[in-house]
Amino acid sequence: MSALESFFDNVWVDALWRLLAVLGLMVIVVLALTYVERKFIARIQMRLGPMRTGPYGIMQPIADMVKILLKEDLRPASADRIAFELAPFLAFVPVFLTLLALPFTAKWDVRVLDLGLLYFIAVSGLTVLGYVFAGWASDNKYALIGALRTAAQLISYEVPLVLAVLALSMLAGSLNLVDIVEKQGRVPFIVWQPLGFFLFMAAAVSDLSRRPFDVAAAESEVAGGPWIEFSGIRWSILYALTEYTNMFALCVLGSLIFLGGWDWPLGLKWGWWWQLALIFTKTSVLILVVMWVNATFPRIRVDQLMSLCWKLLLPLAFVQIFLNGLILVYGWPDWTFLLTSGLGLAAAGYIIYSVIPVGAPSRIVARSNA
Amino acid sequence: MTVTEVIFYFIAAATVLGAFGVVATGKVAYAALSLVFTLLAVAALYILLASEFLALVQVLLYAGGVAVLLLFALMLTRARELVPVLDGAQKPFAAVAGLSLMGVLISMVFLTTWPRRADEPTLINFNAIGDRLFRDFALPFEVASLVLLVALVGSIVLARTEEEEEE
Repeated sequence: MSALESFFDNVWVDALWRLLAVLGLMVIVVLALTYVERKFIARIQMRLGPMRTGPYGIMQPIADMVKILLKEDLRPASADRIAFELAPFLAFVPVFLTLLALPFTAKWDVRVLDLGLLYFIAVSGLTVLGYVFAGWASDNKYALIGALRTAAQLISYEVPLVLAVLALSMLAGSLNLVDIVEKQGRVPFIVWQPLGFFLFMAAAVSDLSRRPFDVAAAESEVAGGPWIEFSGIRWSILYALTEYTNMFALCVLGSLIFLGGWDWPLGLKWGWWWQLALIFTKTSVLILVVMWVNATFPRIRVDQLMSLCWKLLLPLAFVQIFLNGLILVYGWPDWTFLLTSGLGLAAAGYIIYSVIPVGAPSRIVARSNA
Repeated sequence: MTVTEVIFYFIAAATVLGAFGVVATGKVAYAALSLVFTLLAVAALYILLASEFLALVQVLLYAGGVAVLLLFALMLTRARELVPVLDGAQKPFAAVAGLSLMGVLISMVFLTTWPRRADEPTLINFNAIGDRLFRDFALPFEVASLVLLVALVGSIVLARTEEEEEE
């Protein structure tokens, strides 16, 4: 063994370079996503988006970053100093920690935890503390209302998220993310758990505070929510870095547990380079879906947000768990998963369509004609 | 002193400091933040004892759920304007109660025969926890959840009647 190899075998050195690798990945992801989101939303709205900095505006995130770093770091005179300066880090650190438990290919991971799925859910739940403290410390009415909305929203939507993931882990029989990916084999879990996938994505969009669930940051109601008083580098840590890293982490998780992760279809056993390409493609698809939903749907009211979670998503999550338990205990064939979960998803779609007027333009048109 | 011991004393000091911060700070929000810090440090202690599952549940429920609900309540009730009363005529009784509780807890630690030693932690598979909980102790588990449900419904009923009286 060479001196270099034994140097990297040291536990501390090993942990350090893995941390630095994740940090680098995170910076690249955040820079890329700021650009992708602006371009993608511009395309949806039939605009060009950033075009001036570099070809097709490709240098825009760099320009944005320089601007943010040079901006003055303002703090309101009446703000609570310690909490105000601590809040961005309270929001950001948990999101960074979730990245450490995600495997990217069969061999590429920072740490594979036996309870990786539970670790992800548990640690990402801490982010809300940062937002609540940011809103409270700002000493601003809108920031506080936004923080309270964030707290209520994130705590509520954590429940269907946990239950949807729990229903899925019943199928996999494990909470280890590598095991879950390998268990899926040729059929990814989205086929057996369409309702679970819908619940997961709804909770993920809510977790990211994106439309239709962006009541916490709603600029026409609470003027930007918890981060209203933040500027410059603190704003970018609290908002851009946290939100985009969280979006990336949640979408990687979704593609691992629902879309089959790095396993190529038809049982192909290709090398790590292809596995990496596949998982990043799947993650990108999920990220684009989140951005697409964000650009398409109108915001729902704050009371609709809570009743959607507690009266629709939560019972459906229980139904999914109950059905899975029933099928697993009686050993019914696999297609019953698809049948029951698909019926559940259809029921969810019908209830949303008939109860909430959001997303049903035909009904609104019909009403205005009458 | 081994590396594990160094880490243990570090985390233990953090736990005690956080717990001290809860009672020593004047601002309620700082107390809540110290509480979160203490809860996370306790989770770290669980990890050090190879109880991963317990640690993660601690983070999920206490640090992520209970502490946020606590903060939520503090911010809604204008706790900043309330000055906590830490001094009063009951001071000696409080001291006696606190010290005797401490004495009981410390003597319990030394009098109990523990099944295992802390320096040789056993890895418990979380499948085994699930089996024990849902097969061997299914009835107590269900009874506990029923008690919690009753408490939940009861608190809602109480809160609702107060609202009606105000109107």
